[in-house]
Amino acid sequence: MKNMDEVIREVLDAHGRLNSSPYSISDDANLYEHGLTSHASVNVMLALENSFGKEFPDSLLRKSTFQSVDAIREALVSMGISADEFVGGAK
Amino acid sequence: MTADDFRNQLLESGVLVDAGSPGLYHRSADYESVIRGLESYVRTGARDDNPQRLFFAPVINLETLIGSGYVGSFPNLIGTIDSFDGDMKKLGEFRGRFDAGGDWFELMSHTDVALCSAACHSIYPLYKGATLPSDGLYFDVQANCFRHEPSLDPARQQSFRMHEFVYLGNPEDALAFRDRWIVKGRQLLGDLGLDLDLVPANDPFFGRGAQMMAEGQLEKELKFEVTAPISSETPGSISSGNYHEDHFGVTFSMSTHDGRVAHSACFAFGLDRITLALHYAHGLKLEEWPNEVRERLALS
Repeated sequence: MKNMDEVIREVLDAHGRLNSSPYSISDDANLYEHGLTSHASVNVMLALENSFGKEFPDSLLRKSTFQSVDAIREALVSMGISADEFVGGAK
Repeated sequence: MTADDFRNQLLESGVLVDAGSPGLYHRSADYESVIRGLESYVRTGARDDNPQRLFFAPVINLETLIGSGYVGSFPNLIGTIDSFDGDMKKLGEFRGRFDAGGDWFELMSHTDVALCSAACHSIYPLYKGATLPSDGLYFDVQANCFRHEPSLDPARQQSFRMHEFVYLGNPEDALAFRDRWIVKGRQLLGDLGLDLDLVPANDPFFGRGAQMMAEGQLEKELKFEVTAPISSETPGSISSGNYHEDHFGVTFSMSTHDGRVAHSACFAFGLDRITLALHYAHGLKLEEWPNEVRERLALS
């Protein structure tokens, strides 16, 4: 059983190509300043959709949605996904 | 003048000949002489770099197209190539279906080749896994390119020539190369009497994620376009300078001499669009173009 934040960090680790470990940065750290590129952010978006089995609505397909762990969590919660109860993992 | 009017003038004067599909043209000898003149003229901007020159075929390896990222980002623009690869039995079925006007396309097979989307894409696979020299590598490359965007606007051709200057190596040098070329390219094009502008731009990314890619490109000022009136007063892009960051360096595992991921940058001259812009600006008869333009393009 994993919670949402663990899955977000797993996805960032697998697809974000950050220049520091996603496990060592704070929830509000700007991911673009940690090396997240636009290309990588699209891969992160797709991997999150796979992991949570839900598509981001068009209104959330913006760079700012993926700029921090906080921002990603907020977006996922706004899509009706619970931050606590989640079984699954990064794909 | 509208793009429609300009297209009609180009066809009536024989500068272009309709090749049967929207955005597909045969070209006159005069038109080609401008292309050849441009090829030599724009190279004067690369003298100090002593680039390696390569001429790519219009058909490339499918893996090269995939590695470029175009399949994911612009599936609507690419061209893959099918051919018949069946046995005698399947050939009979194929002929029967073809003769009857049926759907023979579904009996074709995918090949491992594709049409070239951009000239510089063929460079990077040549250095897959390589550690690059400390000064980086400079290229001067040309290719026939294809983009699937049928249009009656002559500025938007499906098959066109691209002449690119490319740097591959250190991150700081890649950005400096791009910025140097934006200045040089604009100067070279301005000296041909074109009414230019320089604008930050984004590629026409396709599908979900397009907005994210475009925002990223604009915010980081990765792409600039030199624009001019091409087929109407509305300016269009005739050249662009692009900083790819580590996009190709990551995809093709290329490193700098000191162990960093290699970065790349390019400046691309759209030879057909520049040629059209020159016709739009100076008229359809080359002998009536300004003398200094004729001299720079070696039009005798």
